[in-house]
Amino acid sequence: MAGKTLYDKLWDAHVVRQHEDGTCLLYIDRHLVHEVTSPQAFEALRLAGRRPWRVAANLATADHNVPTTDRGRGIADPVSRLQVETLDRNCADFGITEFGMNDPRQGIVHVIGPEQGATLPGMTVVCGDSHTSTHGAFGALAFGIGTSEVEHALATQCLIQKKSKNMRVRVDGAIPPGVTAKDIVLAIIGRIGTAGGTGHAIEFAGTAIEQLSVEGRMTVCNMAIEAGARAGMIAVDAKTIEYFRGRPYAPRGELWDHAAKAWRELKSDPDAKFDKEVALNAADIKPQVTWGTSPEMVVPVGGAVPDPIKEPDVVKRAGMQQALKYMDLRPGTPMREIYLDKIFIGSCTNARIEDLRAAAAVVRGKKVARNIRLALVVPGSGLVKQQAENEGLDRVFKDAGFEWREPGCSMCLAMNADRLAPGERCASTSNRNFEGRQGAGGRTHLVSPAMAAAAAIAGHFVDVRELY
Amino acid sequence: MKIFDKLNGLVAPLDRANVDTDAIIPKQYLKSIKRTGFGPNLFDDWRYLDPGEPGMDHGRRRINPDFVLNQPRYQGARILLARDNFGCGSSREHAPWALMDYGFRVIIAPSYADIFYNNSFKNGLLPIVIERDAVGRLFQECAATPGYGLTVDLAAQTVTTPSGMVFRFEIDAFRKHCLLNGLDDIGLTFQHLDEIRAYEARRKKEAPWLF
Ligand code: SF4
Repeated sequence: MAGKTLYDKLWDAHVVRQHEDGTCLLYIDRHLVHEVTSPQAFEALRLAGRRPWRVAANLATADHNVPTTDRGRGIADPVSRLQVETLDRNCADFGITEFGMNDPRQGIVHVIGPEQGATLPGMTVVCGDSHTSTHGAFGALAFGIGTSEVEHALATQCLIQKKSKNMRVRVDGAIPPGVTAKDIVLAIIGRIGTAGGTGHAIEFAGTAIEQLSVEGRMTVCNMAIEAGARAGMIAVDAKTIEYFRGRPYAPRGELWDHAAKAWRELKSDPDAKFDKEVALNAADIKPQVTWGTSPEMVVPVGGAVPDPIKEPDVVKRAGMQQALKYMDLRPGTPMREIYLDKIFIGSCTNARIEDLRAAAAVVRGKKVARNIRLALVVPGSGLVKQQAENEGLDRVFKDAGFEWREPGCSMCLAMNADRLAPGERCASTSNRNFEGRQGAGGRTHLVSPAMAAAAAIAGHFVDVRELY
Repeated sequence: MKIFDKLNGLVAPLDRANVDTDAIIPKQYLKSIKRTGFGPNLFDDWRYLDPGEPGMDHGRRRINPDFVLNQPRYQGARILLARDNFGCGSSREHAPWALMDYGFRVIIAPSYADIFYNNSFKNGLLPIVIERDAVGRLFQECAATPGYGLTVDLAAQTVTTPSGMVFRFEIDAFRKHCLLNGLDDIGLTFQHLDEIRAYEARRKKEAPWLF
């Protein structure tokens, strides 16, 4: 019998029961909750007279709607305010731990889970949010769910699921200087497309993935969903285990030793079979910039906006034409000649301390270009913000002309007051460049934190490697 | 959950690939704490010429006459014909809620994003997968035939065109059963609470740090 993949192992360890057609009742170890996708679930729970099955398995925070400016005055938008207050009330009523808007531990749900050790290797982690795939970076099975499933997880600590297929994306070789986890994952999506992983759980492997820090691995797994996979994951190694030592929710003492021993087994067997395999060479990967309205519409920074005429597939060609029209770009334009209006450094993809350090290293001692109307840095959590301030990164950004904000999702999806005006063009470290994602009519180019910082200084895209 | 068995309905074609959930229902409407009322804001950025905000009187907004759902011939459509990777992006269940609230009960596309696909079933919205060339053909017929309708039979797993052409589709047995009988997942899982307890007891021994 062939060996098991990491996904097989995680799955098997959580099956409570299996139906004849393969549908399983899967046990959920950790349920993360935020204000946008939970109110209807709590309401349904209340209507049915139910309580959460295991209260301690839930952890909540408000991230999507919260303002990133002074919070002393609360939330100005009454609809946003109601949603955040609804979360506060639901958590209080049901006894769920919540890091509310003014808690120093508040932040983007996918940043605070691991930061607290609430996400651990070997867990099943779910959240009413597609970027739950982020937590797979620690050898966990983590995936996004809809609101009906949020209710299901609350009520039963389980979900009804069918197993996905196994896919492995290998990236091998030394990562060139100036190339980051973000560039790696954008290059992967550029290769396999936004539906390349549909129906699969992706394991990212290879020597380049091993070289990445755990935070870099989170960036890669974060965007598994942009490659079509509900879950992305990476085998546990010494770095993974070390990351959790001493975190508030992590085990301690003897229990820690016991857990760490079990975590070391969380990797695919050497003879495991994958349904689909893709391989990239790290040496070929360059800093990436998206040009269109789908993350797969991506080119190296030295490249140019592609010409739809050269695309043989008619549906794809139409998509490219539509994207060019929306983005107001002409085929053949070098990416370096694209000028920007706003810069956003933030989101669950790239708002951890290492991301901020990488951006600050580029910005230090320089000034944001005159044509940039707003350059924002939004830390992923209150603790990331504190750490950055301890290191003086806030000063580096502010001296350069960036705004230094309070933690949250912010302009990743523009549900709060941070957004693009129609027609504005933004270099963003977030994960989605869909039409209107950062504000109706706004134009988004996805890049790494270092590339966003370099673009802020130049006013247009530049190859960050030239600064090294 | 609503029962779904058979439907004969008017088809509206949405001819683009990778339609994401931000396009299906833009984020400003996600601030609602309700499950209903999203229909007027389905495809909001494409459907209207003016920017939309929650609480507006959508009947007074400027309609985009070029957007397909605004054309008189597609009014009352129950079936949405779409392209590859429909519903990609965020996990918002507001996307199927908005499609249902607008009046759609069926979507036909060559492929869907996983979370959207899953969310649809939980709400009695049937996402049918038909092979790409066949979908292309339905697009052509739909464009050429005013009042173009299709018959969907879930039990038989078929889609039948006005000319009598039949396309079979695959769907897993469990989802089909739930949809045909209007069963909700939580009700089903509640039949297995003992097994959940047994699992927890076993797991607490194997991996106590998880509890
Ligand atoms: S940062 Fe963006 S992608 Fe991440 S959870 Fe928030 S809105 Fe979603």
